[in-house]
Amino acid sequence: MADHIVSAFTDELDKIAADLMRMGGIVETMILDSCQAVDRNDKELAKDVISRDPSVDRLEEEVERQIVSLIARRQPMAHDLRSVFAALKTAGELERIGDLSKNIGKRTLMLDDAVPSMMRHGVARMARPVSLQLHSVLDAYATSNAETAKMVWESDDDIDQHYNSLFREMITYMIEDPRTIGAGAHMLFMAKNLERIGDHCTNIAEFIYFQITGEYLMPHERPKAPNTGV
Amino acid sequence: MDTTAQTDHDPALTGEGADQAQALVYPRINCQDVNVFYSGKQAVFDVSLPVFDRSVTALIGPSGCGKSTFLRCLNRMNDTIDGAKVTGDIFMDGENINSPDVDPVLLRSRVGMVFQKPNPFPKSIYDNIAYGPRIHGLVDDRQELDAIVEKSLRRAGLWQEVKDRLTQPGTSLSGGQQQRLCIARAIAVRPEVILMDEPCSSLDPIATARIEELIDELRKRYCIVIVTHSMQQAARVSQRTAFFHLGHLVEMGDTDQIFTSPRERRTEDYITGRFG
Repeated sequence: MADHIVSAFTDELDKIAADLMRMGGIVETMILDSCQAVDRNDKELAKDVISRDPSVDRLEEEVERQIVSLIARRQPMAHDLRSVFAALKTAGELERIGDLSKNIGKRTLMLDDAVPSMMRHGVARMARPVSLQLHSVLDAYATSNAETAKMVWESDDDIDQHYNSLFREMITYMIEDPRTIGAGAHMLFMAKNLERIGDHCTNIAEFIYFQITGEYLMPHERPKAPNTGV
Repeated sequence: MDTTAQTDHDPALTGEGADQAQALVYPRINCQDVNVFYSGKQAVFDVSLPVFDRSVTALIGPSGCGKSTFLRCLNRMNDTIDGAKVTGDIFMDGENINSPDVDPVLLRSRVGMVFQKPNPFPKSIYDNIAYGPRIHGLVDDRQELDAIVEKSLRRAGLWQEVKDRLTQPGTSLSGGQQQRLCIARAIAVRPEVILMDEPCSSLDPIATARIEELIDELRKRYCIVIVTHSMQQAARVSQRTAFFHLGHLVEMGDTDQIFTSPRERRTEDYITGRFG
């Protein structure tokens, strides 16, 4: 798309997009690292993940501040309007993803060292598809690719299935050995956090799709996994 | 809606309790293949668009895109320009207003106009409003004329400010008041359509807000077409927006759609400030 006549307008939109990508990059590593910390019982890594969250919060505030100022001064229209709307909403979703990853880190610190590694692996396995969802949706944002955004939006179902199977797995461990119930409860919350991160990625995909096409993806048209009661 | 609007004789209100939603889909004016030439040079090309009743239609586009020229076709103001030629059909209530049988003076009483700069007559505030109803023979006595003057000024949101100084010259008012006086003068002859050619471009933001509030009020009774250079104004006051470029109608649609998801690239570039 051609540049604005007022070049500062283009610069401001570019800065917002760059800050959002930085936010996305940070939270993406937070997801992977928090789950690696669980997997390897690496408490230092968990603390490190927790320490990154304030920078995500600051970036969100920064993006918000820029957007409010831009709306007041430039009154964006059409694609510009959709892009600042999408950026504002996406920043909020990324901030939540940061919080959920931080929460996984905090729970890692509370886990007993004796928790069986089988249980730890389960959570770590789920981290990869979830972080891939975020990676793909950020890629869609960076390249303005509506098809990629839609693909992410449609594939949240896989994450839900992953969550359901992890849920059953944890229940099995807890039934077999009641001493694992404390750790299992933490693991279930971690899995739930990852599942929520998947949902946030779906939301981001909706905003990006709207930004690019001007059309809304309708939530009721999205493929859904059968309800397992969890 | 107040009761005076229901009892008032107003051609825009046909039948009891005319439904506003229905009115929106009813085109008051239908333009088909309108072309305008100035001394052989074409300024407007094959413009076809409907203008809906009891709503505001905004015409936007860069300078020289033909939006004001097109607006002037709707009450045959181009007739007054030497060398101007208009072709195509403009139907108002089924009648082609370009037909030689149509009296342009009568047409202009049905299609009022408000200009960029307020242009009150060099007469008193009262006479500014009374002039039209007098020459069109709309009143029988002074009492009736007083009533029209008051009602028009009330509808234009000016009555409270001028009721004690009706004999003072219209030019003694502030710019924003003068523009509302001109709107009151336009509605005094009971038009069906009001054309506005950049009505706020010489006004400050407060006076502009008053005019915009007035436009929103007037659209309950009239069909309004407004030319504006301010896209924010078009977005604020109109329900339909038409984008003109180089004499062509590029896109027309619901104002919401035009400003959030325009279909045409040229519209997008213009409203986002990318026209080079």
